[in-house]
Amino acid sequence: MIKILYFARLREQLGTAGEELPAAAELTTVGDLMALLRGRGGIWSELLAEGETILAALNQEMARPETPIKDGDEVAFFPPVTGG
Amino acid sequence: MIDVRVQTEPFDIAAEQEDLWRRRPQVGALVTFVGLMRDMNQGERVSRMILEHYPGMTEKALIAIAEEAGRRWDLQGIRVLHRVGALRPQDPIVLVAVTGTHRSEAFRACEFLIDYLKTHAPFWKKEITDQGEHWLDSRTSDATAARRWEQA
Repeated sequence: MIKILYFARLREQLGTAGEELPAAAELTTVGDLMALLRGRGGIWSELLAEGETILAALNQEMARPETPIKDGDEVAFFPPVTGG
Repeated sequence: MIDVRVQTEPFDIAAEQEDLWRRRPQVGALVTFVGLMRDMNQGERVSRMILEHYPGMTEKALIAIAEEAGRRWDLQGIRVLHRVGALRPQDPIVLVAVTGTHRSEAFRACEFLIDYLKTHAPFWKKEITDQGEHWLDSRTSDATAARRWEQA
C-alpha cells in the first residue's frame, strides 16, 4: 500500500486528509501517482492540474515528480508552505 | 547544540534566551528572531490564525535546516521553536535563537534559519478575518530571501 496525505487548502478542498492506495507496477514515481489522482476528474483534476503549484514529499522529505515510489511509502501533497 | 520544538503551547521568549547563554561563559553573542502574529494583513483585520503542519516531516525539516546552519557557520547553539494550532494577534509564532562566540556568525545564521524555515518547513497559515477565513498564499519575497543563501 501507498499512504497518501493531503494538507492545508488541498486537504480542505479535496475533503480528505489522506488515503491508502495499493502499490501497482505502473505506479513508479510521484508524478505517476499524481496523474492517477488527477484521473479521478472533477476537483482532483482541477487541484492537481499540471499548472498548479503543488509540492510533494516522499517519506517526509521533499520530492519531485520523477522521485521513485514503492510499496510502503508515505507520499504527501500540499500547497507552498507559509510558516514562520 | 540543536534544539527544535513544534508545540501548541506558548513559549517564554526571555526564558528561552536565558537558557541559551546562562552558565555558558564561552557564549559571546546571542541573536534571536521572534515572529509575532499581526492583527492586520493586506488591509483586513485578522482576529485569529490556525497553523497547520505535517507532524514528523516538520521536525525533520527544521533539524535539517539547523544542521545546514551548523555546517555554514561556527555556532554554539541553535534553537528553533514554532507554534501550531490556534493563535491570536500578538502571540509569538516562531523563535529562532543562535549563540556563538562572536556576533557576525550568529547574525547570519539566524537570518538564514528564518529565511529557510519560511520556504522549506511544512507549515501553513489560515487567517480568520471579518470577511471569513482563508489560507495564506506563499510570498515571492520569501522565496527571494531564501535564494540569497544558495551557494554557487
